[in-house]
Amino acid sequence: MRRAFLAILKRDLALASRAGGGGELALVFFLTLVVLVPFALGPDLNLLSRIGPAILWLGALLSVLIGLDRLFQSDEEDGSLDLIRASALPLELAVLSKGLAHWLTTGLPLALVSPLLGLLVALPGEGVLPLIATLMVGTPALSFIGAGGAALAASLRRGGLIVPVLVAPLTVPVLIFGVSAANAALGGTVPFLTPFLILCAISLMAIVVGTIAAAAALRSAD
Amino acid sequence: MRLHAENLACRRGGRLIFEGLSFTLGQAEAIALTGRNGAGKSSLIAMLCGRLRPDGGTIRLEGGDEDAQLAEISHLVGHRDGLKTALTARENLAFAQDVLGDAAASPEEALAVVGLPHAAELPVGYLSAGQRRRVALARLLVSRRPYWLLDEPMSALDSASQLMLAGLMRDHLAQGGAILAATHGPLGLEGAREVRIGP
Repeated sequence: MRRAFLAILKRDLALASRAGGGGELALVFFLTLVVLVPFALGPDLNLLSRIGPAILWLGALLSVLIGLDRLFQSDEEDGSLDLIRASALPLELAVLSKGLAHWLTTGLPLALVSPLLGLLVALPGEGVLPLIATLMVGTPALSFIGAGGAALAASLRRGGLIVPVLVAPLTVPVLIFGVSAANAALGGTVPFLTPFLILCAISLMAIVVGTIAAAAALRSAD
Repeated sequence: MRLHAENLACRRGGRLIFEGLSFTLGQAEAIALTGRNGAGKSSLIAMLCGRLRPDGGTIRLEGGDEDAQLAEISHLVGHRDGLKTALTARENLAFAQDVLGDAAASPEEALAVVGLPHAAELPVGYLSAGQRRRVALARLLVSRRPYWLLDEPMSALDSASQLMLAGLMRDHLAQGGAILAATHGPLGLEGAREVRIGP
């Protein structure tokens, strides 16, 4: 069973690194979005550094969402999902494996490049580590909430933007606590840990609920 | 172990495709599933592997493990071949072996049997339709599973490969396996019973 779990993880990581994988697309999209913001707002450094964490979080959120529709759809189209369903591995664990691979190839790289993009929005030095930390613990929630939506749309031929539209409202709590934790580190009345711990809790909850919901959706799909 | 399908009915998009279909499939038996296009052969296979719920009737396994689902003890080779075009043939088969469990032949050995030893390190996207079908069929060999559910396995295969597949199926039957194959042409199996869906 562990072997099947690792095989799915390994395959999805390999697929993401080959041509046509979605991982680098999310990164480039993130970069594009954050680069455009200073052009739109003008060179007001005070304004930029005040809204910097929010922009980086919004960018990361959208970058995770755009690639989600392929998470199960590509497996459904070519029949790999039938192979996974035929495994003794419970579908929940298969979803967990795929969600983990999705996070490793999108959420984690986004968190790691965020300090670089922080420069573009004049993010103060003391805000860099907290920003990485919030993205690190917040993006798993996005991957797994997204997995639920992606599983629902798996059998739609042209899912396209329906998954981001479906999933975006559910990610609002992640965005609120992610941004408020990143902002709290830059000063303010709330200590950093308060929103940060709630963000951790949301993430843990999303991993459990998203996994079960996605497996249920994949099971009932005809 | 014996598979019993009783009075199966299938409805797609509100239209009745077939009803009252019954058959049994035991060890060392083969069924050739025939019927015109759209008769419901692929739908029946989807029902057997649990992807589609029957709109009537039951599918049950008699004997063997109580909780075993047919999907977990059967191989499925269908139109959607379950191969990732970006991965090599060997990687695809290694993945199938890890996911399906109960390893038998290694991916390299399985590829040699289907006549594609040279394609092991080629991405599947570079292979022709017939070669892809052979890689999908090689999956039957990398894991040991008693039931083979094949949806038009002969399509896209050249005559030599059709003989090769008939040989594989005969070996599988000789080892006590069971085969259900949807087909339009002859399977090359002497003892296969024909189950016809529709007129």
